[in-house]
Amino acid sequence: MTTDTIKLAQTIRGHALRMIAKAKASHVGSCLSMADLLAVLYGSHLRVDPNNPRWPERDRLIVSKGHGAAILYAVLAERGFFPVADLITYSQDGSPLTGHVSHHVPGVELSTGSLGHGLPVGCGLALAHGRPHAPREEIVTRSVTSTVPRTFVIVSDGELDEGSNWEAILFAGHHKLDSLTALVDYNKIQSFGSVKDVLDLEPLTDKWRDFGWTVIAIDGHDHDAIQAALHADHAGKPKVILAHTIKGKGVAYMEDQLAWHYKSPDAKQLAEALAGLGCGQ
Amino acid sequence: MRTSFIETLVQVAERDPRVWLLTGDLGYSVLEKFSSKFPDRYLNAGVAEQNMVGVAAGLAMTGKVVFVYSIANFPTLRCLEQVRNDVCYHNLSVKIVAVGCGLAYGGHGYTHHGVEDLGVMSLLPHMTVMAPGDPVETRWATRTLVDKSGPGYLRLGKAGEPIVHQGEPTFEFGKAVQVVDGTQATLISTGGMLETAVRVANILAARRVSIRVLSMPTLRPFDAERVVVEAKRTGKIITLEEHGPGGLGTLVGECLAQAGLGVRFVPLRLQPEPTLCAGSQAYLCGRHGLSLERIVEVVESVAD
Repeated sequence: MTTDTIKLAQTIRGHALRMIAKAKASHVGSCLSMADLLAVLYGSHLRVDPNNPRWPERDRLIVSKGHGAAILYAVLAERGFFPVADLITYSQDGSPLTGHVSHHVPGVELSTGSLGHGLPVGCGLALAHGRPHAPREEIVTRSVTSTVPRTFVIVSDGELDEGSNWEAILFAGHHKLDSLTALVDYNKIQSFGSVKDVLDLEPLTDKWRDFGWTVIAIDGHDHDAIQAALHADHAGKPKVILAHTIKGKGVAYMEDQLAWHYKSPDAKQLAEALAGLGCGQ
Repeated sequence: MRTSFIETLVQVAERDPRVWLLTGDLGYSVLEKFSSKFPDRYLNAGVAEQNMVGVAAGLAMTGKVVFVYSIANFPTLRCLEQVRNDVCYHNLSVKIVAVGCGLAYGGHGYTHHGVEDLGVMSLLPHMTVMAPGDPVETRWATRTLVDKSGPGYLRLGKAGEPIVHQGEPTFEFGKAVQVVDGTQATLISTGGMLETAVRVANILAARRVSIRVLSMPTLRPFDAERVVVEAKRTGKIITLEEHGPGGLGTLVGECLAQAGLGVRFVPLRLQPEPTLCAGSQAYLCGRHGLSLERIVEVVESVAD
């Protein structure tokens, strides 16, 4: 299974690179850093049905860092929600594949783009699916084997500057929303500088834990670790996976480079990137 | 209006399990009627309006009809982007309820004056905007917002507003309601100014000046057709609202201009500048040129 998700991650990295290069769009580094998280989620974890995207019992994934749209569309297409051939229309005139995540694309739950919106909505979904008809103290705890629809929200590290997230983090902990899992794509670089320099988030584990969450810190590019974290029990509490990642992961010249939040690769750079990933041109 | 709203919501919730109510830690002595009956469909989200509206959107994504309650600007301006992106963009059934709008919280100061809300909410896609004029309109508006899918905004006063409508008039969604018949000018009111509008018409009737009064409880969708009919009928339109520029007067003005009708038009509304002193609702309205006497004077001069 892990071999499959590793292959999927490389495939969607390739798609995202081609899409962003064609559109001369930005945010390629942000896409590449969460490729492995998306590949494991869609490749082996989420209960979703591409033939019935609105299946009421499905798991929900919200990508709150809406600028990571290209790689989300890529994984949805690979998963069969719409044709892979459509991906190359990304950000082109008249395409539904807008530069920030759009819910008019099959499989997308929530349009995002302005940061700090996904986690509150995820709390609402978790509340809808998980609220017992009883006082809070009597909440029936659930494990990962439960058939209750689960809610997953991917947030960026820079996005945690937004106060709305901390409202939601407080809320989810208080209400013990244990069908909710947040994943932080902690690539350490935000829009105009390093996270440490702009608004340091550390100690981030302590912050989430103090707000009542189960916290698991992992290497966000290690598929076995991602699997294990997703399966870890968090009965009675929401769970956050602090996924330590590398911005631009998988393309050597983009890794840890702020510039690739903005730049798009030219033909030569694209060829080099695809070759490095073992993807076809 | 608050009381009419919550009593109606309780009635609706008894037969409609989709109805939820969230509050931003406000509603003491009002919301208990709902929370005691439906504890599993009620939540105090705390003083955190951005999260509250996001939570409401998430709940609505699963088919629930979610009312979000707070006062004046807190459920609208504080979380405007959540209302725009999470609720309106996704066309979800989240109904924003703001109590104490206009200058109802007069003495509390400008932070508590909801005087831009109608304009701002009217700009948002899919949004139904309702500003009922009395408890009767409030009951109808609350039921209507449950029935109409998609986003909604309900602008309420505080408590103790008089009943203007006798019996249950036939309300039609998105349509103005005639409250007083008249021939010389049409006075169109929205929200809690309805009682004042009727009093103005009565005072002027005693002076043999005939004023037609319309109530406009729905601003989106807007009854442009009726405005044009009235403009052609009386040739003189006055709007009355406890709101600054951007509300009813702006909608009516745009409508008249588009119709190419060069009729006499006077928008009576609050000045856009912040109110800097304390005072009762009536006192502050007077400071803005909306005392009963001043309105009577303006309407009479227009009708002449």
